[in-house]
Amino acid sequence: MAVRIIGCGNFDRGDDAAGLLVARRLHALGVETLGVEIIEQRGESLSLMDCWLGFEHVILVDATAPCGTPGHVQVWNAHADKLPEDVFPCSTHAFGVREAVELARAMNRLPQTLLIYGIEGKQFLLGAPPSLEVERTVVSVVERLVMQVSDLFVDTPQSPPRDIFG
Amino acid sequence: MSKQPARTIKVDILARVEGEGALYVKLKGDVVQDVKLKIYEPPRFFEAFLRGRHFSELPDIVARICGICPIAYQMSAVHAIERALSVEINPSVRLLRRLFYCGEWIESHALHVYMLHAPDFLGYPDAIAMARDHQAIVQQGLRLKKAGNRIVALMGGREIHPVSAAVGGFYKAPSRSALKELVDELKWALDASLATARWVSGLDFPDFEQDYEFVSLSHPEEYPFNEGRIVSNRGLDIDASEYEENFTEQHVQHSNALHSVLRGRDSYMVGPMARFNLNFDKLPEVAQQAARDCGLQVPCRNPFRSIVVRAIELVFACHEALRVIREYEPPPASRAPAAAKISTGQAATEAPRGLLYHRYELDQDGIIASAKIVPPTSQNQKRIEEDLWHFVSQVATRPAEEIRWKCEQAVRNYDPCISCATHFLRLHVERD
Repeated sequence: MAVRIIGCGNFDRGDDAAGLLVARRLHALGVETLGVEIIEQRGESLSLMDCWLGFEHVILVDATAPCGTPGHVQVWNAHADKLPEDVFPCSTHAFGVREAVELARAMNRLPQTLLIYGIEGKQFLLGAPPSLEVERTVVSVVERLVMQVSDLFVDTPQSPPRDIFG
Repeated sequence: MSKQPARTIKVDILARVEGEGALYVKLKGDVVQDVKLKIYEPPRFFEAFLRGRHFSELPDIVARICGICPIAYQMSAVHAIERALSVEINPSVRLLRRLFYCGEWIESHALHVYMLHAPDFLGYPDAIAMARDHQAIVQQGLRLKKAGNRIVALMGGREIHPVSAAVGGFYKAPSRSALKELVDELKWALDASLATARWVSGLDFPDFEQDYEFVSLSHPEEYPFNEGRIVSNRGLDIDASEYEENFTEQHVQHSNALHSVLRGRDSYMVGPMARFNLNFDKLPEVAQQAARDCGLQVPCRNPFRSIVVRAIELVFACHEALRVIREYEPPPASRAPAAAKISTGQAATEAPRGLLYHRYELDQDGIIASAKIVPPTSQNQKRIEEDLWHFVSQVATRPAEEIRWKCEQAVRNYDPCISCATHFLRLHVERD
């Protein structure tokens, strides 16, 4: 069972760092020892499809656009939900996480399960640190992911993984 | 006499372009009254940010201007400083810079041809919808783009906003073996580019030609990237240091990007069509033959065929990257020293979207006293509006939705990068 957690973002743009902060904290907690791969994705979103190539279960964490409730977490199951427009900040030429996921869906290139955590940002200013609200949420999202991943690996190798994405 | 109906066609947010802009077209009956390409993305003040910074910081700062063409900004910047400080670069470094630029052209052109412009010709609202019916094509485009990304990542340390370029060369020069790892994928990319050219040449192009003044670099021995004189098909032939004597920027109320014009003349076109028309004989035979096979004539004056020209430039860039890798010998030092002095340097290089001009004034400590950056999109902006004036006249009898679609396609002929130019697009068509 191949599991990967992808933290997306940009450390130089305030709360856009949310996904990267989650990835770093998971790494610091040694979550890889559970057999999970954790990567940071700071490049262009069209590369995301390559990031989940070969992995059955993928969790992607990224910041979402400000909507008055900084730190608020939304979770989408890519196979069940179409990602909303205007939620994920776009990168170059308007290709962001939403476009990468929808392109993968159109091309039948989604992993077996893909869960997307969106952490609502407060500000995305150049050079600004993350907001306190997002920093606090990063801690709680990490705790939630650790539990989900642990559940996934509680099962014996012979038994199918629990449907944590259901 | 009956009063002519008035129509306004608006595109409030132009899609599949980089940055934020809108388009406004006003018609009286079927006669165009006004066209405005509105760039409302806020000014980014990069030229002001650069003042007071040391020239060594320049490549990393200007790379942040654009996510798709950071190398162009780095190259124009380092060449301008090298001219100011009389720095001679090693021939191997020169080769590496050409390879670096190949990577950027491949990723930028593949993105535009497959993901941004092809949906227009095939009748899809975007690449996602196109991918549902044309998986293999989109897959090929993504792989081509990735081949370019690999060059950029190897040369620049990372795919986006690379960090290796320096005044005098690179912070680190790659080994021959590292470059050779790119060869197999680049051979595939060359074949895929030829297939791309064949595919896009079969698309349906509007019958639309304009009498452009094309402006690009021209080098006596090579298809231009980093060096050459600035030339046009109407006799312009100048060094980059003479750019500001020959070109001027104008502020227009409806745009946060300045309009560039040729002094005493008017608008002009930079970019793939200009380069192709002015430098066809410098393309390698494989690219020239591909162009002939695609039915491209020199000069090509139909901006909708720019998608074919970009595909030919993909062929060129893949072929050139393979040549550089074959010929590359690591330099003794990855960069030449640069000593600060009071000086001014100008340079122009060929970004994927066209000529990119930089000028810097330095003080005795190498601190930037002033900076000027003229990106390709601001140079093309007036020409885009003029294309629309003429093109809307051809399609004015069509329904507003079709006019809107075709106008957006006409804008995307230029692959505008609004974030660069404001350092662009919504369409609004009005009839009265």
